[in-house]
Amino acid sequence: MPDATGLELIAHELRDADGDSVLGTEFAHGRAALIAEPRLVHGVLERLKARGYGFLASLHGCDYYPEEPRLGVLYELLDMHEVDRISVKARVDTGAPHIPSVVDLWPGANHPEREVYDMFGVVFDGHPDLRRILMPEDYEGFPQRRDFPIGGEPVLFTYNEENSYGKWQ
Amino acid sequence: MSATSDYRRREESITLSSETIGQGETHELLTLNIGPHHPATHGVLRLLVTLEGEIVRDVQPIIGYVHTGIEKTCEDKAYWKVIPCVERMDYLSYYFNAMAFCGAVETLLEIEVPPRGQYLRVIHLELNRIMSHLVWLGTSALDLGAMSMFWYCFRERETILDLFEMSSGQRMHTRYIQVGGVMEDIPSGFVEKLAAFVKDMPHRADQYAALLEQNEIVLQRLRNVCPLDEQTLLGLGVTGPLLRAAGNPWDLRKAQPYSSYDHFEFKIPVGTVGDNYDRFRVRHAELYESTRIIDQALEGLPEGPHITPDRKVALPPRHELATSMEALIHHFKLVTEGFRVPEGEAYYPIESPRGELGCFVRADGSAKPARVHMRDPSFVNLQATAPMVKDAYIADLIATLAMLDPILGGIDR
Amino acid sequence: MEVIRQQIGAPSEFRSRQLQARDMLRGDLEGDALEQYVGERVLTTTLDKAVAWGRSNAIWPATFGLACCAIEMMSIVGARLDIARFGFEAFRASPRQSDLLILSGRVSIKMAPVVRRIYDQMLEPKWAISMGACCSSMGVFNNYALVPSDKFMPIDVHVPGCPPRPEALAHGILKLRAKVQGHPPDGWRERYDAVGTEEVIPEEPAGA
Repeated sequence: MPDATGLELIAHELRDADGDSVLGTEFAHGRAALIAEPRLVHGVLERLKARGYGFLASLHGCDYYPEEPRLGVLYELLDMHEVDRISVKARVDTGAPHIPSVVDLWPGANHPEREVYDMFGVVFDGHPDLRRILMPEDYEGFPQRRDFPIGGEPVLFTYNEENSYGKWQ
Repeated sequence: MSATSDYRRREESITLSSETIGQGETHELLTLNIGPHHPATHGVLRLLVTLEGEIVRDVQPIIGYVHTGIEKTCEDKAYWKVIPCVERMDYLSYYFNAMAFCGAVETLLEIEVPPRGQYLRVIHLELNRIMSHLVWLGTSALDLGAMSMFWYCFRERETILDLFEMSSGQRMHTRYIQVGGVMEDIPSGFVEKLAAFVKDMPHRADQYAALLEQNEIVLQRLRNVCPLDEQTLLGLGVTGPLLRAAGNPWDLRKAQPYSSYDHFEFKIPVGTVGDNYDRFRVRHAELYESTRIIDQALEGLPEGPHITPDRKVALPPRHELATSMEALIHHFKLVTEGFRVPEGEAYYPIESPRGELGCFVRADGSAKPARVHMRDPSFVNLQATAPMVKDAYIADLIATLAMLDPILGGIDR
Repeated sequence: MEVIRQQIGAPSEFRSRQLQARDMLRGDLEGDALEQYVGERVLTTTLDKAVAWGRSNAIWPATFGLACCAIEMMSIVGARLDIARFGFEAFRASPRQSDLLILSGRVSIKMAPVVRRIYDQMLEPKWAISMGACCSSMGVFNNYALVPSDKFMPIDVHVPGCPPRPEALAHGILKLRAKVQGHPPDGWRERYDAVGTEEVIPEEPAGA
């Protein structure tokens, strides 16, 4: 992990290249995170990749309900030569959940981006094939949002078994 | 249905690389649906294969048939109760799932795991790695037609499951690894049984090698079949034995050691060509290395507590409940509400039998996590199927799937 | 199967039986004596019971592993608890050739229609075991993504556990064997009171 000063240096470099791309930095528990502007996150990641963080370890989403903007997309990057990790966080709100796709930088972002779309509803602009991956293709709703109900079926016991799914002998 | 006509349109964009066939014959691409119920797929994986004769031109995996919404279920449960849920994701490496989650929570809580707890974790993790590789070996040999390997590998697996049952009471999904250490100290007799297993395992692995490694059929089916170079694998995000078979010795146990892995001496098996045979040999060699790690951990097992002494996180030992009021109150709070984790986010990566398994936990100060996400290695490795099997025979597709070692529980979560 | 033992008798009895056997071989035994002779030596039963006995001891399961329970199902095939000795010799890949569907693992909403289709493709008489807590009763994960197997197909035996030990699954299998030996109605619709739920393909109107 780059330490706190290293993180500030990286943020400084990125701000030099593109003014409003980095909105802030977070450093906690040894983990360095850059908060990026969603529209410009592709440039941030491209510059980080050129700087050495060439491996996309994880691309996932997080719902920050009730804080706005609600939907966060997190990128975990890894530098295999220096053994260094850095995270990039971009937050969009549910009104306009668009963010550029990074499939051109890392082809392995294909399935993770589809999963974030499926579970949170974030649309990745430039993704070759954005469809649902884990839920059935015609499912309505985005399950891992915090306001989506957890669902479930009533468990059948002897006392309520007469009431559920068809007759029992 | 729109999904099928959509696929037909996309199918037309696939270019044929072969030369024209003479004598007025026509060419047609056949779309074959393999799965989700098929004897060779490891779990419920559905593949839409575009075939030209018997040569695979394109493969499209369709997943989600065992999606269980585990990550959403975890948001509803206290941290202690998340461990059994999270264990059931990648169902062959359950200790690793629990370890990644507990590691992330320990990072957020900033607590230390005592050395005995770390060594016990390493022992059980490496036993689980051996067990996962044995199941892989048995089922892959079954796919290739070598049916006896299945019974031999499962015989070894039963020995390992006996050891798990000794230490935790359960064969699978043991929730032995808890936040702060391990659930219980090992019982008497465990060390002897483990030592006997460690002595025996290299001989068994030699027997498996003698059966398969120089076998002409295995060589013909796996040698130089579906290789993929290191750069493409890195771009796809592939880690684990697949990347090591291509020549990149990236292993988180050596690169970013966790839970005292740096105390042990072990080698990383690395392949040269990156074909199916290398993937097979790398996983088989890892059996020996894991046995070495267990041997060293057993010899150097330190005395001490097996779980953190911080009573706000770990349950106090039962004998204290009769005498100490604080212990009783801690026990009550932990069992009813659970411990609270201060706000923060953590990503904790470990080396599972299939690659980098990372757990992302976001805590919001309450007793339940706000987000738990597992970066599962099989989910990302599955994207490598299409480049691997392009222009190979359909039989090679089955062999490559076996060598890829996908576990659908981890893919679908 | 009952074994009827006859008490060893006096030598005179032996002699009379020897004479009876000689008459039998010559074809001279008739009427009641013949009935008695045959009745003492041949086990008679109804054809149904014999068929049920045969069926229960040779149930071939379909390879249908969904999740973690599938690994424990594979270990009952292993040498420690060998279900081949109960007659489950060959796990058939094709549902058309198998008798039993062991639903091992959690059934998601995407998979439920597929499972139902496979169950429909099996030929009567067919049985289903719901192995594990997830398919029997939602198990650990009671949420939006799972369907309990009772909701879409008839299950004969539920085996609890997460995952059930191989011995537990074997217990469930033996219970199923006892059920089959008791010769229940062959069709699942008769067993589960669902007669009349067959899909009827509407007849094409003339000229269409």
